[in-house]
Amino acid sequence: MSAAIGVVVPGNSLVHRAPPGAKLLALAAVCSVLVLRPTPTVVASVAALTAGGYVLAGLSARVAVAQVRPLGWFLAALVTVQVLFRELERGLLAAGALVLAVLAAGLVTATTPVPAMLDTITRAAMPLRHVGIDPEQVALVLALAIRAVAVLHELAAEVRDAHTARGLPLRPRTFVVPVTVRALRHADELAEALAARGLG
Amino acid sequence: MSIELDGVSVTIGGRRVLQGLTVRLDERRVGVVGANGSGKSTFARLLNGLVLPSEGRVRVDALDTRTDGAAVRRRVGFVFTNPDAQIVMPTVAEDVALSLRATERRPAPRAAAITAALERFGLADLADRPAARLSSGQKQLLALASVLVTEPDVLVCDEPTTMLDLVHTRRIRDVLAALPQRLVLVSHALDAFDGFDRVLVLHEGRLVADDAPGPAVAAYRTLVDRLVETVDGR
Repeated sequence: MSAAIGVVVPGNSLVHRAPPGAKLLALAAVCSVLVLRPTPTVVASVAALTAGGYVLAGLSARVAVAQVRPLGWFLAALVTVQVLFRELERGLLAAGALVLAVLAAGLVTATTPVPAMLDTITRAAMPLRHVGIDPEQVALVLALAIRAVAVLHELAAEVRDAHTARGLPLRPRTFVVPVTVRALRHADELAEALAARGLG
Repeated sequence: MSIELDGVSVTIGGRRVLQGLTVRLDERRVGVVGANGSGKSTFARLLNGLVLPSEGRVRVDALDTRTDGAAVRRRVGFVFTNPDAQIVMPTVAEDVALSLRATERRPAPRAAAITAALERFGLADLADRPAARLSSGQKQLLALASVLVTEPDVLVCDEPTTMLDLVHTRRIRDVLAALPQRLVLVSHALDAFDGFDRVLVLHEGRLVADDAPGPAVAAYRTLVDRLVETVDGR
């Protein structure tokens, strides 16, 4: 079974068969609740709901871990800052809410093929035609935004590997700069690839 | 259908990459060769409007790449050197499906076209595999499948085998040789032009030879010998 971010894991579960629109709405609702009311009860409830979703979808723990692994350093920084300001409980809740939002998003992307997601977003964005916005372009932008998480993770892994291969320690400057440069180059290549396929 | 370049020059970042190109391509198989920095890739990109001329104009089937870019790109497919630069979606089948969004909206015909494209390129068993986990050769086959699924009239390939091993190089060449479409192939591998109708040789942004493969490749070899002598200071 695949454990890549942003990649659908084939299956025929109830979660896989649920309409993409319903899954996206549920995701929006979950994220809204986590942002607006990150209380222990809410976080625990969403955790149970998300875990149930993964079990129902037949997704392994490996898939779940793959979704949140890129957050590691950010979570550590978030909790450290909160500890320094003597707000450990708030820090843990914020970190928990973030992890759950990413896991919930991972559940949607792992059970929804991108074309189905694109079709759903295109339909939802149809009213925007009246104000001169192409729904197809809106869907493509959102799908690429979801894909960007996995791409950034891959680019960061490449830079980490380059450091390891040369026996260099990972420093913020020597990590952030090359990842940023690669991300910008990737954006250029992506724009050219989409244009070449008549989608730009 | 013909591709016409009329007095085309391209300047990028203040540097003249191509200058004064006037050429008409009517043949089924056209090769393009030249040293690094000769303007080959820019020439290839001109043909489907990825690069627009700074001077002159490029027309495909009477459509101007500057004003009819979308229509030109429907007729002219493009395959990049690096398939990673071309593959957009997470999985193999999804990437092929992306190409069809602009041309086929009905789910059943779209699914049938995806299946047929994957089978044609030996990728059917890899349909749900993350594209990032394919080998370089499989990625280039996917890039080809994603472009050819829309059935363009012309395929432009910019050094499609440069990053591949011998097995996949031969496989890609076999696929290209069997294409019913017209092909414009940019390559450093001179034997890739066997059986071609015409080969263009570019040097420092100018067309320095334009002939059948035999004489054109001979002209390129002479040019390379001269360049090597210059570098060696002989």
